[in-house]
Amino acid sequence: MPEGALAFDAACVRGEFRFEAAFAVPPGETLALVGPNGAGKTTALGLVAGLLRPDRGRIACGGEVFCDTASRVFRPPEDRRVGLVFQDFALFPHLAVGENVAYGARARGRARADADRAAARWLERLGLDGLRRRRIAEISGGERQRVALARALASEPRVLLLDEPFAALDVTTRGAVRSELGAILAASGLPTVLVSHDPVDAFALGDRVAVLEEGKLTQVGTHEELLARPRGGFVADLAGLNLYRVELEPGHGLREARVAGVVFHVLADDRAGPSFLAFAPSEVALGKERFPGSPQNVFSARVAAVQPLPDRLRVVLDVGVTMAADVTREAGASLGLAPGLAVWASVKATAIRVYA
Amino acid sequence: MASAERPPVALGLASSLLLLYIALPLAALVFAFPPAELAARLASPMALQALWLSVRTTLVATALAAVLGTPLAYLLARYSFRGRDVLDTVVDLPITIPPVVAGVALLLAFGRRGLLGRHLEVLGVSVAFTTVAVVMAQLLIASPFFVKAARAGFETVDTRLEAAARTLGASPWRVFWTVTVPLARPALVSGLVLAWARALSEFGATMMFAGNFPGRTQTLTLAVMTALESDLQTAVAVSAVSLGLALSALVAAKALAARWSVPRA
Repeated sequence: MPEGALAFDAACVRGEFRFEAAFAVPPGETLALVGPNGAGKTTALGLVAGLLRPDRGRIACGGEVFCDTASRVFRPPEDRRVGLVFQDFALFPHLAVGENVAYGARARGRARADADRAAARWLERLGLDGLRRRRIAEISGGERQRVALARALASEPRVLLLDEPFAALDVTTRGAVRSELGAILAASGLPTVLVSHDPVDAFALGDRVAVLEEGKLTQVGTHEELLARPRGGFVADLAGLNLYRVELEPGHGLREARVAGVVFHVLADDRAGPSFLAFAPSEVALGKERFPGSPQNVFSARVAAVQPLPDRLRVVLDVGVTMAADVTREAGASLGLAPGLAVWASVKATAIRVYA
Repeated sequence: MASAERPPVALGLASSLLLLYIALPLAALVFAFPPAELAARLASPMALQALWLSVRTTLVATALAAVLGTPLAYLLARYSFRGRDVLDTVVDLPITIPPVVAGVALLLAFGRRGLLGRHLEVLGVSVAFTTVAVVMAQLLIASPFFVKAARAGFETVDTRLEAAARTLGASPWRVFWTVTVPLARPALVSGLVLAWARALSEFGATMMFAGNFPGRTQTLTLAVMTALESDLQTAVAVSAVSLGLALSALVAAKALAARWSVPRA
């Protein structure tokens, strides 16, 4: 295991609720914990941060043991250096933005001038320098999230934890904040655990996704791995979206985007750089012959699996990358869908959402 | 949310009854005698002595209420445990029992032959009928006001802010002083003022446990009663001073609370 990795293996019981999970996050990697509400996502973060005590288990980061029930070690939160960004950010309303970011350094005994300098560096890195003297009530939701992130990072954490980082933001700011956050996490080099109930956020930011259901990890893997082999209802829902990371060249209008050698044609305005392509399986049409007509994206595909959903069939295709397609039972029957069958798949360029 | 609309006339009239009832006696107190005459009476040794004693004892009692009451208020606000309701009721009791009864209780506990007092007596310590007894009576009667206000103040502080401060490296002690207290400050200040005002108006318990000795245990309220028997003008002068003190405390508390109130993020 690399130096500085977060190693988590813990269980705790709260009344009727039993939580038990084990996972590891290497430095620089983001693990997205997804699952329905009440699945234990926040419990996992509380255990890492030391706000909750496990009944059994060991949590360590690099050489630092946070807690170990076997050797009766329990370090309090202030002794762990865990950067936790709360769902509603939990910024101190009685302090200015700069004082919020300097709080960690002050709490660890640094002199005020020293702490202020460090805070100023983080404010600058996150584009917040203009807000240093503002009160929390005076700044926007997106700004609050960046302040919360700056405050956590300025405390020189060993691990970064993000609890539903987008839940308190309105839809219009989410997209921008998501790409910003991805860049910051990548630059931090810290093992990061991100909790979300939204699969789009999880796949956009998580290098790996861990699915938590009723206090247990049901599946851990990359997006492709989860999509290829869904286990359990929540994962099936997670797979409800075809999502790919691409690097977009600068350009206008209809453009090519490559995903592991497979070319997609997409409409992407003036967007360039790391982006995501997303489209619903219901946007994918299947046929025995190559489609004549206008679709820009036509793929020669092989059927990997066919899963019956309540009202339709979910077809997992291999087109060079994994792609899910939804068809009616009738269409499935007339195509004679079965694993191994060669088919043609098509997606209209206008059906593919492109975002950073 | 309070409406900025003009209130209906009927509501204004109905409200004015109690308001007048409160204002009239207070006005009578202020305007009963010419101010110059009252000022002269106030300069009497008895009034000055009582004023000075009240200021000293109430400040000490309020400080003690804050020091001893804060941990109790925090305990009640943050932890649920078996017997918390009992504790809560015990704290409320001094507010509801007649102060005279509280005075008798103090005598039975700390008096010469009291539960604890008889052991103190052996050590040569006797508190009843001393200035210490004045402070003790005030503390018993006034501290619950601080505890209730402080508890309510602590309860309004989001525990996630405290948790966030811990994860940033602050010890529980530091979290208390840098997060909890600043956010609860308006409530803490209002609790201090309430407790101080209640200590200032203390009469019954002080009378029973500390007696009425000029210079030693005769506070403003006891001085008013004593003066009333012989010298109405002095009694009114001392009363007016008490009113002035209470009024300035209230005004100061409101101003401070407004200044320290934190906008909700």
